[in-house]
Amino acid sequence: MDPITLRLPHTVQRPQELTSYGPTTRTTQPIVTGTSVVAFKYKDGIIMAADCLGSYGSLARFRNEKRLTQVGEKTLLGVSGDISDYQYLQHKLEDMITHEYDMDDGQSLGTKSVYKYLSNIMYGRRNKFDPLWNAYVVGGIDNGEKVLGFVDMYATTYSSDTIATGFGSHLAQPILRRRVEGRTEQITEEEALEILDECMRVLFYRDCRTFNKLRRAKVTAQGVEISEPYSLETNWDFAEDIVGYGA
Amino acid sequence: MDFMMHSEQQNQLEPTQAPVERHSHNQWNPYVDNGGTSLIIAGKDFVLVASDARQSVGYNINTRYDPKAYELSNKTVLATSVCSADAKRLCEVLEQRAQLYYHKHERQISTQALAQQLSNTLYSRRMFPYYVFPLLGGIDAEGKGAAYSYDAIGNMERVTYKAFGSASALVQPFLDNQIGMKNQRGAEGERMLTREEALRLAIDSFTGAAERDIYTGDWLDIFIIDAAGVHKETRELKHD
Amino acid sequence: MFRNQYDNDASTWSPQGRIFQVEYASEAVKQGTAVVGLRSKDHVVLTAVKRSPNELASYMKKIIRIDDHMGIAVAGLTSDARVLSNYLRTEAMRSKMVYGRPLPIGRAVNAIGDKAQTNTQEYGRRPYGVGLLVIGFDDSGPHLYEFSPSGIVSEYYGYSIGARSQSARTNLERNFASFEDMSLKELIVQGLRSLRDTIQQGKQLDNMNTSIGFVGKDAKMTILDGEDTQEYLDLLNEGEAMDTE
Repeated sequence: MDPITLRLPHTVQRPQELTSYGPTTRTTQPIVTGTSVVAFKYKDGIIMAADCLGSYGSLARFRNEKRLTQVGEKTLLGVSGDISDYQYLQHKLEDMITHEYDMDDGQSLGTKSVYKYLSNIMYGRRNKFDPLWNAYVVGGIDNGEKVLGFVDMYATTYSSDTIATGFGSHLAQPILRRRVEGRTEQITEEEALEILDECMRVLFYRDCRTFNKLRRAKVTAQGVEISEPYSLETNWDFAEDIVGYGA
Repeated sequence: MDFMMHSEQQNQLEPTQAPVERHSHNQWNPYVDNGGTSLIIAGKDFVLVASDARQSVGYNINTRYDPKAYELSNKTVLATSVCSADAKRLCEVLEQRAQLYYHKHERQISTQALAQQLSNTLYSRRMFPYYVFPLLGGIDAEGKGAAYSYDAIGNMERVTYKAFGSASALVQPFLDNQIGMKNQRGAEGERMLTREEALRLAIDSFTGAAERDIYTGDWLDIFIIDAAGVHKETRELKHD
Repeated sequence: MFRNQYDNDASTWSPQGRIFQVEYASEAVKQGTAVVGLRSKDHVVLTAVKRSPNELASYMKKIIRIDDHMGIAVAGLTSDARVLSNYLRTEAMRSKMVYGRPLPIGRAVNAIGDKAQTNTQEYGRRPYGVGLLVIGFDDSGPHLYEFSPSGIVSEYYGYSIGARSQSARTNLERNFASFEDMSLKELIVQGLRSLRDTIQQGKQLDNMNTSIGFVGKDAKMTILDGEDTQEYLDLLNEGEAMDTE
């Protein structure tokens, strides 16, 4: 029996045999995107937050995206930018972790190795002028050492006590520099959560591509823990005083 | 007529003028300028290499500590500037080549040989350059301080002092004045600095750069390389 | 011409279930001078006797550095060892470049084990004529492995391969229980003691024919030759003098 081919009227489908012909194509703009990721080091490890929105331009298209994931045993990955590029990368990381597991010698890839591997992928794609349109935050504990690193579509990498991607680098990073920088070891989990909420609230108020449904996650010596989606309390009373708002 | 104009313009192009390319479509630009400044000063039996550690993009400071100068296994130091991603990869590649040399010849690669290797490595990417302006410091075969400066595509020059990066336009004239003794009546050419003098000039260069250049600051890594090896110290710069 | 009709190539079985070409390759290992490897809880050591083909020639290299955390000692065809060491060096570099971590020792040895195995199964190929002792230090501590032309790799507390290596193995077997807590220096001297048992009558270890390699917790892969080995040879001889007293 012949295989059934689906031909959807609204999509352009190139014939199978022609996939290697024609002009080469590149991601020239992101399609479905996630906005900021906010992360920092605190006393027990690394804490991170991102909302659940996958925007399609200005449309709040996908409202249940998971932008924080665990990689291996003690590594947390946060992503902003193109969601499909991220899902592709997730498969690559899964392959990497599976390959390591298959070695069956009791060794595993630490956060630094995951970060290095990810950075190499990003650098390789940048060199092909075909970047993965993302900014990633990698957090974890590697041999007792807290690791928090960043890598983006240009393969720019850096480590810092506080990291925020996208709009977060403008809106959340100043808050983190004030509240976290130089005192990571004094910050308890309670305070860390409070700081995180402050950042996410500011982002929700000011970044149009956010959504009041978010997840937070932490990596401690015990491992990775990603929360269920939750919402922040917000206050729109001030809106009444703004001329032209609502009624 | 339009065509004529165009061809006339083409003909008028001076050999030293770069032709302006017109792309039919805009291509994604893979380069980023991460700011920062590096400096090198060669002395009689030592060489000083210094880089600030701030990494930035536009008005954002990414991190306050992302070292731009790397110690290589053959007791040389490679200081970089501009595109951090390329700089990091370039250092890895160069370190690998140093390792290959070590395995092949069973001795560390000399500073001069590595300097040439760096030039070749940069030139190998002539058509898609590493966006990096390296400075390489080490001790040469005669025990003298050796400083090499490069452009992004491998043009190499041995120098006595050089500054590259976002504050190079501030630091280079200062070094020209203090070390090069440029345009000064009665001055007898370049000075050979002592270690102390070099260190003071390096620190002053960077405090000056951090004051006026927003892309330079936070921390300063200083390497002094002599026959005994590489000594590293880290100093604080302005964090604003 | 042939010892029997089943040893034409490595891809033919004998009716007794043997592959003669592989066995011959293992004989090549015994032609090389002995190397000894042993480990404590923090360090691994290699000792080797170098052979000089004649008065005018230099001594053959027996210990090869792979990376800061790994090294090998060679018994058999040195040129085959060079192929393997080049491969290991590239793999070690790749691991550093891709994952930013030193290549785990067990994986390195298994990788060359697989290469060796391929040579025993494909028509028209020849097994490596070399045995290796691979030492290294990784996340799971110090390791000593033996690699053989058959593709078999095994991990040991102490082992020896090469000419008259049985004597060294006997010595190691008698003493290995005490290796665990030895200092690096003691371990090297013990390595030399075992190695000495493999020396021909009328010859002895000296700083020209001895090679020492070690790696460990706070020690990068180091190879000692010539004058640098004298210190340990002296300790070996001192220990001997005390024993006879």
